[in-house]
Amino acid sequence: MTRSITVTINGITQTHEVEPRLLLIHFLRETLSLTGSHVGCETSICGTCTVEVNGKAIKSCSMFAVQANGANILTVEGLAEAGGKLHAVQEAFWNEHGLQCGFCTPGMLMITKQIIERNPDPTDTEIREGLDGNLCRCTGYQHIVNAVRSAAKVMRA
Amino acid sequence: MIPNSFEYSAPASLSEALGLIAAGGKPLGGGMSLIPMMKLRLAAPEHLVDIGRLTELSYIRESAEGIHIGAGCTHFAVESSALLMGKCPLIAETANYIGDIQVRNMGTIGGSVAHADPAADYPAALQALEATIVLKSAKKERKVSAAKFFIDTFTTALKEDEIVSEIIVPLEAGLTGTSYQKFLQPASGFAIVGVAARARREGGKISLIRVGVTGLSGNSFRATKVEAALLGSAGTDAEVTAAAAHATDGADASSDLHASAEYRAHLARIYTARAISAALSRTA
Amino acid sequence: MATTTTPTTTKTEKYVGQRLRRREDPRFITGTATYVEDIKLPGAYYAGMVRSPHGAAKIRSIDVSKALARPGVIAVYTGQDTKNVGGVICGADLPGLRKPHHYILAVDRVYFPGHPVAVVVATDKYIAADAADDIEVDYEVTQAVTHPEKALAPGAPAVHPEWPDNTAFVFHQVGGDPDKAFAEAEVIVKQRITSQRLVANPMETRGVVADWRAADRTLHIHTSTQIPHLARTLLSIMLGLEENRVHLVAPMVGGGFGCKLNVYAEEAIVAFVSMKLNKPVKWIETRRENFMTTIQGRGHVDYYELAAKKDGTVTGIKLKLIQDLGAYHQLLTPAIPTLSVLMMPGLYNVRNIKAEVVGVFTNCVPTDAYRGAGRPEATHGIERMMDILAAELKMDPAELRRKNFVGKDQFPFATATGLNYDSGDYAATLDKAMQISDYAGLRKQQVEARKQGRLMGIGLSTYGEICAMGPSPATPAGGWESATVRIEPSGKVTVLTGISPHGQGEETTFAQIAADELGVHVDDITVIHGDTAIVQYGIGTFGSRGTAVGGTAVYIALQDLKDKITRWGAMFLNSEDVHFAGGVVTDNKTGQTVALGTIAAAAYRAMKLPPGMDPGLMATKFFEPSNFTYPFGAHIVVSEIDPATGQIEIRRYVAVDDIGNILNPLIVDGQLHGGVAQGLGQALWENAVYDDNGQLITGEFMDYAMPKASTMPWIESAHTCTPSPVNPLGVKGVGEAGTIGSTPAMVNSVVDALSHLGVRHIDMPLTPEKIWKLVSTHAGSQAA
Repeated sequence: MTRSITVTINGITQTHEVEPRLLLIHFLRETLSLTGSHVGCETSICGTCTVEVNGKAIKSCSMFAVQANGANILTVEGLAEAGGKLHAVQEAFWNEHGLQCGFCTPGMLMITKQIIERNPDPTDTEIREGLDGNLCRCTGYQHIVNAVRSAAKVMRA
Repeated sequence: MIPNSFEYSAPASLSEALGLIAAGGKPLGGGMSLIPMMKLRLAAPEHLVDIGRLTELSYIRESAEGIHIGAGCTHFAVESSALLMGKCPLIAETANYIGDIQVRNMGTIGGSVAHADPAADYPAALQALEATIVLKSAKKERKVSAAKFFIDTFTTALKEDEIVSEIIVPLEAGLTGTSYQKFLQPASGFAIVGVAARARREGGKISLIRVGVTGLSGNSFRATKVEAALLGSAGTDAEVTAAAAHATDGADASSDLHASAEYRAHLARIYTARAISAALSRTA
Repeated sequence: MATTTTPTTTKTEKYVGQRLRRREDPRFITGTATYVEDIKLPGAYYAGMVRSPHGAAKIRSIDVSKALARPGVIAVYTGQDTKNVGGVICGADLPGLRKPHHYILAVDRVYFPGHPVAVVVATDKYIAADAADDIEVDYEVTQAVTHPEKALAPGAPAVHPEWPDNTAFVFHQVGGDPDKAFAEAEVIVKQRITSQRLVANPMETRGVVADWRAADRTLHIHTSTQIPHLARTLLSIMLGLEENRVHLVAPMVGGGFGCKLNVYAEEAIVAFVSMKLNKPVKWIETRRENFMTTIQGRGHVDYYELAAKKDGTVTGIKLKLIQDLGAYHQLLTPAIPTLSVLMMPGLYNVRNIKAEVVGVFTNCVPTDAYRGAGRPEATHGIERMMDILAAELKMDPAELRRKNFVGKDQFPFATATGLNYDSGDYAATLDKAMQISDYAGLRKQQVEARKQGRLMGIGLSTYGEICAMGPSPATPAGGWESATVRIEPSGKVTVLTGISPHGQGEETTFAQIAADELGVHVDDITVIHGDTAIVQYGIGTFGSRGTAVGGTAVYIALQDLKDKITRWGAMFLNSEDVHFAGGVVTDNKTGQTVALGTIAAAAYRAMKLPPGMDPGLMATKFFEPSNFTYPFGAHIVVSEIDPATGQIEIRRYVAVDDIGNILNPLIVDGQLHGGVAQGLGQALWENAVYDDNGQLITGEFMDYAMPKASTMPWIESAHTCTPSPVNPLGVKGVGEAGTIGSTPAMVNSVVDALSHLGVRHIDMPLTPEKIWKLVSTHAGSQAA
């Protein structure tokens, strides 16, 4: 029934027995107690479950844990440096008030990192299109757009 | 939103995968169509064969025949391929319209094509490009034109034991102008209608015109009446608009919550004109 | 006693008014915030709900045997097991209100799609999902009715068989002499205006963890709620427990927007299961369940009539309001449309009003408070009617509004609906919005655009609200709020607030208030909320009340505390002529000081007490507001429509809001932006659609269109400031302003774009197809 998978999560390699149908988001949240990534819709629209798998932002509600066997995974818990120094995207969301209830925030941070890594100087339109796989019900997105722009500036420097 | 239990295989090679599929396994690419259906328990395959991990299916390369896109290429790989952007920009442009960054990072061209969602983006471009779909089983490989591959809603020329292994698109750097124009369903981001156009102009006359339409009806199609009306013309705005009026000829326009049949058909005509005009503006 | 200093930080610079970044954010940006689903209790079971796929049906039988046989399944309960648990409570009352008993699990009939009929309990959520599919319910499907006007039609299926007319209540309100006003009117305009059902859709769905500890006879509940104390009271009633044996925590809550201003069947079901099994039990709502079973907002069909003079003076308003209640009353369901009636005249000096509200049962999930709750519907109604009247009179809509505004010298202003508007200068917000948008220039552009066959629209709304809910006599529960401010022995400050923030940022704004009042560094303050075992009884966060009522409670508790600190300082300094400021008590004569930290340590050590003082240093206050507050503003939307497709482009969005004093402009901007997004969501995209068979056909994000980053415009935000006299902070509330102001401004803009074609009204959402059809049918009148 179960299969053994080995993954490197936020720099730590570990092996776990999982049922094939276990979704990656539940593997992260239930098996590993990494509860920063959230479940918002389960239909791959809302993006609150966004994590990086091998450097690519994906929706972990729509991927089985077994598909990630051998992968390098980064979650919101792994964004800050070990000493606690925040990643530029985290600082930017804080400074620009890019969050209210905070539920979409981990996914927003992960997609922001991807947007900027692929396009270091995005226009507002490019930022907004890049964010379309992530819903936020609180902010109206304006402060999130400001945060992405501001993080990009820091990351370019 | 929890799928039923299933067996999972991660074959190390394509031939191993095809063997498992021949034995009844269901191929899993990026999972962007299949996994949501499994979570809604609308699909309950007993055995998933993960072909998304096969590097053998992940390539974009050029030959005299055209550009070969491995079925395992993600939409991101397609949209960001320098080779495609240079020599077949229509397919790269279309890939960029799919879903969102995360979906494009995970979803594969092979999976999308095999799923044949009537509102998917690729079929419009593949029809306009007269692309070839390569189908593979443990026993043999065969090639099918896009026009013959897409049969109906979620229905293709694929047999039970086959997978889509490759898409071949034409090399046309500098020869044609192309464009994909899409009217988005505001919730899902799928196409209410999407129109891909491909045009060449020689001596001021349109010498080649191909139009692919998706979203309008249960299946993507080539709008051949539009093409016929434009071939040999100068491609003025009036000619384009008049020709685009034929975009819906013979099509059974779908109707749903997001667009009535009447509106969808209207949009198909408008977007056909827009796609053709954009394509013409990009011709040499 | 010697003058001493302590290391407690002091600060003289004011925090209130600064764009301070939020102090609660580190937990969210590091992924360490704890929401309900993140709570893992040892040995916890997982509950899954079995729900009706039908809008209306009789339950013939339920077969649970297959589920019970599945490994990992612990128990299954149906309505037969839970029927003695108290029903879901409605806190609102109206004369003659019909209240159906709302069993927590359906007993013999289901009344709306998603109605829970059984709960399965398993060792994990995967098994619970499998087991829920195993339950076989034999339904006898009956005809559902999902539209309120169809439900009122003769011969309509009865939602509750005991009330065949589907009418839960009829409510009348009259002010002035509306019949005379209409009889003498020079102009009357009429319009049917709908306000479609909306889904609140916080990104976090509902969720409950219940943990019955039999040895202590205590129930511990974590639930995603806006009202932890009220939820505790109501759940204790439903479950038959002593209130002080229920400990309820609202942990981090991922958005509410009113839908978590409620107590739901599932909270009681999960608690019931925990008590039955003596085990912790968790249930997390799926998004699909959230669409089907969490309260929805709006749901109006309104018939408006305006009486006016030819010069534009509005003399009367008549409204027949048909409220789609859904199948049951949730906490405040029947009260919501009465707020619409109160808000009927908007910002206008209209002395004669007449309203009839008909509350209608349908086979849909109940409606209740969703951001704005009754006021967006009313504002949309009056603001649409003002534009319709302006078109009828061929007046500029801005001029018509200005002519009818309550004047700035008329406050406090008693409305014809019985409210008492606190303060305002309505023309000032309109002037500012017109100036920022260059309204006159826009009108010129519009003339040019029309010559070119382009469809450009300029829409405005001048909205008002009823906020800071509210005086207790005017609210279903208490309308007060509580606060405790405690100086710890170290001199650090703990603030306990009865509100329950879930994104509004009061851990920051309340710290700003306390830091300024005490003259300490903002980092010396901790704000705690949401835990009934820690925080004194409170009401909660809704109705733009957090800062205006909850913040005021903090402020008055601080005044009490400052008085105590001063008396302690007087003892230290051995002087009566002292004052407290900047974190120290100072002798006005000698200039000697004693710091707060020193006083705090001494207050707990209690070697010597000032006369009449107890040991310790804390104050608890309950603030009862004397009135609501009435924020207002003017929003202007510039739109352009693609005539070929009906697609709407928002070219500019200008918002000028007067919310009284602003404590933290960064947070205020965020509240307004989010509000505007939800208001535009209603205007343009969102729609909870039920078909005639009782199915919710926009029941996922795949079909229910939410505002996205790429579909939202840039919002140009500005303010005027008319402090509220209702509270000492002078604040009015900002949570709902954007939602209330934006919807009619957007719709007015699109109608304005088509007005020269003869279009007077369009019902929401303004889908491109609707617009295209209007353009097509009116083509030839003027447009290309």
